[in-house]
Amino acid sequence: MLIQFNLNDEPVEVDVNSSMRAVDLLREHFLLTGPKEGCGSGECGACAVWIDGVTKLSCLLLAAQLHGRSVTTAEGLGKDTIHPIQHSFAKLGAVQCGYCTPGMVMSGAELLKRHKTPSRDLIRNEMSGHLCRCTGYHKIVDAVEDAAAHVQEEK
Amino acid sequence: MSIFLPQSLDDFWEISKKHPEAQIMAGGTDLLVRLRSEGKLLPTLTCLERIAELQSVEESGGTVQIGSAATLTSLLQNEIIQTQLPILHSSISELGSPLIRNMGTIGGNICTGSPAGDTLPALYVLGAELILRSATRERIVPISDFIKGPGQTELQDNEILYSIQIPLSKGVNLHHFEKVGQRKALAIAIVSFAAMLHIEDNIVQRARFAWGSVGPTIVQSREVEAVVEGKTLSLTTLKAAANLAMLAVTPINDLRATCDYRKHVAGNLLLRLATNL
Repeated sequence: MLIQFNLNDEPVEVDVNSSMRAVDLLREHFLLTGPKEGCGSGECGACAVWIDGVTKLSCLLLAAQLHGRSVTTAEGLGKDTIHPIQHSFAKLGAVQCGYCTPGMVMSGAELLKRHKTPSRDLIRNEMSGHLCRCTGYHKIVDAVEDAAAHVQEEK
Repeated sequence: MSIFLPQSLDDFWEISKKHPEAQIMAGGTDLLVRLRSEGKLLPTLTCLERIAELQSVEESGGTVQIGSAATLTSLLQNEIIQTQLPILHSSISELGSPLIRNMGTIGGNICTGSPAGDTLPALYVLGAELILRSATRERIVPISDFIKGPGQTELQDNEILYSIQIPLSKGVNLHHFEKVGQRKALAIAIVSFAAMLHIEDNIVQRARFAWGSVGPTIVQSREVEAVVEGKTLSLTTLKAAANLAMLAVTPINDLRATCDYRKHVAGNLLLRLATNL
């Protein structure tokens, strides 16, 4: 079936198999390898993308469900440059193997839209849909805090 | 297989007439995981996500009506749920993760019918009623009659869960929800517990309890409730109730916990009500 949607700020049109998952469409067809399949069952958050600005699990979305929506992956988070949260993750050592990172920054960037000065507890709560096997989470929380401060400075 | 995304209930009924084999999908957070684990090809799916009529929350005449396809996040952000149904709000906030809540729906949690469903203990103590609709008729079923066993509900093939109706209880001045799991998020409940009490002049007028993950469906017990009713709430009465609760629940051993552990926790959770004394 033919679907049309907005992908990282560009209108796209593609013919998809009804049973195709959104994560596979984004990775295999559009070559956006930011969202990754960590578990395929919604329990790790590595596949997270924004659908109309809300972070969702692309492994549990069918490609057809993207029709008419605005889809943002980690690749499209920043406008002309990377998003402050991506900068903070890199700067503060919140990235080791990097597998969880594209998903993490989607949730992090969304929470920064809603909370100007999030507490560490709030950050942990809002990011609880993402598993990381490398960092122990501490520097990830540091990075979100750091990004919040930068987003505020930019205003 | 095909996938349909109707924008209205009328469209939905037309599609279901032409495709009686289609399965209904709301958030897909349970359905797609289950279908894929079965290893077969996906069936034709009809998605409810674009039907606005199924997503509203309204209060009128002392009753709150919640659309079955309302996402769990939308309910957490809803002022009526926050102010009028705090015990439901507490339960939803512990379900899955923010990502799962952004997609999953209250109707899906009910129709999956798992005894570990996090919204269920609260819905049972709230006395929720379910409005079931087919193309031609509507019926109302109390939630305790709707779920028959693990994964089995009263829902007929030609029906959908349309909305959840909750009467606002007057006089409830103590409520508690707690979920015990192996993690703080992304955890299946090992035991869950919801309680609502109406206390007046220091005497418990009415107590309502419900436990999850300790039986084939949500467990309720009038005997346990009666132990605390008609008296002042105290650690003594709660301990007596806890001992009876351990006999009222019928958990199993599984990979997450033993039967024995679950019985003890089910009783112990009652003692949390003592922390408000």
